[in-house]
Amino acid sequence: MSRQRVSLRQELPLLVWLVIVWGALWQDFSPGNLLFGALLAAVVARLFYLPPVELSGRFNVLKAVPFAVVFLGRVVAASCQVFYLAVAQGPKVTNAVVAVPLRSHSDLMVTATGHVISLIPGSLVVEVDRSTSTLYIHGLNVRNGEDVLKLRKEVRDTEAGLIRIMGTKEELAALNQEVGA
Amino acid sequence: MSPEPNAVDTVIDAVSAVFMVVGALMSLAAAIGLLRFPDLMSRMHAATKPQVLGLFLLLASVGLQLRTWWVWPVLLVAWIFQLLTVPVSAHMVGRAGYRTKHLHKELLSTDELEAVVVKAAKAARESEEDDGGNRTAR
Repeated sequence: MSRQRVSLRQELPLLVWLVIVWGALWQDFSPGNLLFGALLAAVVARLFYLPPVELSGRFNVLKAVPFAVVFLGRVVAASCQVFYLAVAQGPKVTNAVVAVPLRSHSDLMVTATGHVISLIPGSLVVEVDRSTSTLYIHGLNVRNGEDVLKLRKEVRDTEAGLIRIMGTKEELAALNQEVGA
Repeated sequence: MSPEPNAVDTVIDAVSAVFMVVGALMSLAAAIGLLRFPDLMSRMHAATKPQVLGLFLLLASVGLQLRTWWVWPVLLVAWIFQLLTVPVSAHMVGRAGYRTKHLHKELLSTDELEAVVVKAAKAARESEEDDGGNRTAR
């Protein structure tokens, strides 16, 4: 079993998250409790070792906040859409399974895109091809080729937004080039 | 609750009342969707989306009514875990459902996964046959 050492910087987001969960569960953010939580987090991260998530090292807060707001809005829209389709169309709804190749090959990016896409209107990840980083998406109410193109564009746009927030420099450069071209 | 409700209290009560009613409506939407949609995949849509929003609204109204800041982190953590786990479970069920053919093909306008799955199944069968051939040759 090979255990490559994880640098503290790489592990820090995980530890901070664990401490926040600890504080939230105790509903107590006093320094003593947080310190004990940090101690436990360090022990847990050592004992129950998981492969480190490869973060790109950059996180653009200015891009993340609007993305989060838009995301919340789309979650609301998604729910209303499902409500409407359930009542209005019900058994007659037409769907499609669409392959969407992603730009990024990092696991984090594919996972994040899959999560966001599953929560916004009309799409659900059915299958992931990790080797080619292709998402197979089940779209609700996709009636024709035009809708398929729209769905594909939406997924690619979501990924672009995520790359702008936390993609690596290379991915960002490739994206900017693509948009500029 | 203070004995004399002031304007702020009224507003908070009104907002949380709206949140609770809309949240309950979202759960109703999920239930209607489960009953009305024709196959497993479209039911997964109904089971994931309205329920995430419904939980958000109900948690928000709980937070508004309790009026103590330290419940907000718990509620937020609860919702984040919901956001993280719902797509995963939906994906697992959807994936298994597709492979076991729990879907109505005639209701799909496009299916770009079918060819891939068929190819993968064929490849798996061939490698199995190869193994069988080797075994008989030995």
